[in-house]
Amino acid sequence: MPTDISTKENGAPAHFAHLREKWFPSGSGHGRWLDYAFIGAFVVAIGIGTLATEVFFTEANIKNLSRQIVSNGLISLGMLIVILTGGVDLSVGSIVALGGVLSAGMSDKVGIIPAIVIALFFGGVAGLVNGVFVARFKLQPFIVTLATMGIVRGFVFVYTETPLVSRHPDFRFLGASSLGPLPVTMIIMLVCFALIWIFLNRTPPGRATVAIGGNKEAVWLAGINVQRTIILAYVLSGVFSGLAGAILVSRLGIAQPSLGIAYELDAIAACVIGGAILGGGGGGAIGTFFGVLILGMINNLLNLHGVQSYYQEIIKGAVILFAVLARGRER
Amino acid sequence: MPFELKGNMELNRMGATEYLMMRGISKNYDGTQALRKVDFSASSGEVHAIVGENGAGKSTLVKILTGAVQADAGQILLNGKPREINNPLIGQRLGIRMVHQHVSLVPHLTVTENIVIGDMPTRKLKWWISWPEAHRRTQEILEEVGFRRINVRSSVSRLSASQQQIVGIAKAIAVKPQILIMDEPSAVLSQEELKHLFALIRKLKEKSVLILYISHRLDEVFEIADRVTVLKDGILVGTVNPQETDKRSLIKMMVGRTLDEVFPDRAFGAGAEVLSLKGLSLEGSFENISFSVAQGEVVGLYGLIGSGRTEVARCIFGAEQPTSGEIRLSGQTIRPGSPRDALKAGIAMLTEDRIRDGLVLFLSIRDNVSLANFELMSRWGILRRSRQNSLIQSKAQELNIRPPNIDRLVRTLSGGNQQKVVLAKWLLARSKLLILDEPTRGVDVATKQEIYNLINGLAIGGMGILLISSEMPEILGMSDRVLVMREGQMAGEFLRQQATEQNLLACAAGITEKSRGE
Repeated sequence: MPTDISTKENGAPAHFAHLREKWFPSGSGHGRWLDYAFIGAFVVAIGIGTLATEVFFTEANIKNLSRQIVSNGLISLGMLIVILTGGVDLSVGSIVALGGVLSAGMSDKVGIIPAIVIALFFGGVAGLVNGVFVARFKLQPFIVTLATMGIVRGFVFVYTETPLVSRHPDFRFLGASSLGPLPVTMIIMLVCFALIWIFLNRTPPGRATVAIGGNKEAVWLAGINVQRTIILAYVLSGVFSGLAGAILVSRLGIAQPSLGIAYELDAIAACVIGGAILGGGGGGAIGTFFGVLILGMINNLLNLHGVQSYYQEIIKGAVILFAVLARGRER
Repeated sequence: MPFELKGNMELNRMGATEYLMMRGISKNYDGTQALRKVDFSASSGEVHAIVGENGAGKSTLVKILTGAVQADAGQILLNGKPREINNPLIGQRLGIRMVHQHVSLVPHLTVTENIVIGDMPTRKLKWWISWPEAHRRTQEILEEVGFRRINVRSSVSRLSASQQQIVGIAKAIAVKPQILIMDEPSAVLSQEELKHLFALIRKLKEKSVLILYISHRLDEVFEIADRVTVLKDGILVGTVNPQETDKRSLIKMMVGRTLDEVFPDRAFGAGAEVLSLKGLSLEGSFENISFSVAQGEVVGLYGLIGSGRTEVARCIFGAEQPTSGEIRLSGQTIRPGSPRDALKAGIAMLTEDRIRDGLVLFLSIRDNVSLANFELMSRWGILRRSRQNSLIQSKAQELNIRPPNIDRLVRTLSGGNQQKVVLAKWLLARSKLLILDEPTRGVDVATKQEIYNLINGLAIGGMGILLISSEMPEILGMSDRVLVMREGQMAGEFLRQQATEQNLLACAAGITEKSRGE
């Protein structure tokens, strides 16, 4: 019997096993081919991008692309933490709007930096409400965040029915300025990704977050404050969404109260493309980063080709289904 | 029909006409032999009791019959025909029904829906349920069972435990099964209800239904069973007629085994008291439990499933809040509100089901061991990788975890190594008191030996150990003292010299006069 090809482990033929172990040591906590599928998808997306249009690799387009992905990047980062705990946060879109209108509305009165701090703070408060209802009162994340999605959106409209434009002269600075080749907002996003990578991989509450999605009971019995860890996840999600709102409004120059509707879908999609499993049990900051890039590139390419936004939605949906199918098959 | 013929001929040659025959049934769970070449047979119109200690293989045997579990080897014949029962659906189609120990009902649906769920009466239009008809039929079934007082329209979640049990039985009977399996049906029934149940069983017998009755309560077995089969360590010891035997000899059949594990000797020298419980109670689970554990002492806690032993341990560990009573650790009264509090006070607990609540399967050995020990390996809120590695690596070496790569995902390890990972997690916590709930369940013999040596080493090092186990040889071989619980009460206490399999089991099952106390 040719045992080397007949025996399979984790879905990969055994004669690839040593290569896999070399390239993707199970030490990273992963060790399965599909955990790295996002890298392949990324390469494919770049290939298609280069072949499909000459404009893709121009400096202007790349700058544009990196500006576009920042807000989804930050929202996805928060979403990832919540998904790792086995939950989901549907209220991110409304919190984006909250962060947006607050930062635009307050910057006239208190200055830009304090306005952004206020946006982050109220984003965090919304996240705290989510976290308390999920962790303390043991309600389903889907329902809790669906409710706060409506509540926060309501507050946004109470705050302003009409679009807000800040009269502060430096209001658009954050969204428009660059540091060398990179937009400042992109740098902020990269720093956030790095911090969350450290949090998830190198700190006790971060490791606990990852573990909770796998076996909440075991983590609790190991003497970890599970409630506090879950609440922290939702607070972080709220803060990142608030930040995304402030940055988005600074880029657009106007704060619509209807901003951010359906943003939760792109964020969940980026996490899933990056290898996260809804309900917990997989995913990380690096994967999500690639997920955000891939999704951003798909949008960008379709835009460059002048594809109608309705078709864009169809194509994105298909990509998500494909990503989930690939993961689901494996589980 | 040559197939059938052959089956019949074989039956005739064996001189038996049993409806159910299970031949050479073997089953291995991750290295634990649950059943070894069991030949079991029973006839229609018979109440056949299956008895044995926890883990003797009773449940596995009937699960193989229902199709919930696949045997590794062996054959099942029904009415002489060999049958492949690969899943529960096939079992049900062949007329095999089981009433589970923990009733499997849909709590928020009505009694009617639960009982006739698979066969709703419809009106002329399909998909259009005829509710009056459904309720009437359910009422009929309940009357046949002899329990008329249950409202068929109320939702199951609003019924008492015993009423739910009755609904479970009614559900099984509704389909007129050939074989009805009852796993500890009496556990939640009152004396009165039990009489009804027995009347029902006798009625079913007349309709030539084969009833397999699993119970720990030998009194019931003697009252209702026509034959009794005894299982022990996965081997069928024998089938006897209750008229020709008595409880004593039945117990002897259940426990009379050879000790195949070697229990290391350990000089017993108990030091100062580590743990003492005074009148600890948890409503609905156990009452007025008092005992103590000293430094360097291994105290065994034995009891049948449902005796409350795990709940006592969970209270000590803060995973459950006792309704009254006192827990003292090294003389100090503590009241752990969570496992976190208990761990800080110096108590660690290995829980009985490592998959359910001991491990995070998709994470590495490193992550799993770290979970209870972050304080040891972090500085300013950041994990110190080198310290984490050296701590865990040395524990992994000490416990001989295979493979010795701490980055391996726990999911890929064998049962024995998984258990060692859980042990490593708790050993690193350096507690004063270690509670071990079924530390060797689903673990191979070699690892068992290692775990026993480890426990002894810890005791010699001065740790107090509370060992909960269903495995009699383990309790007898490891404990300095054995406590026995029955139905939420402390039923007896035995010193190592006094403890024998017979008197422990008798005490746990409540057969003899109450055992001598302290």
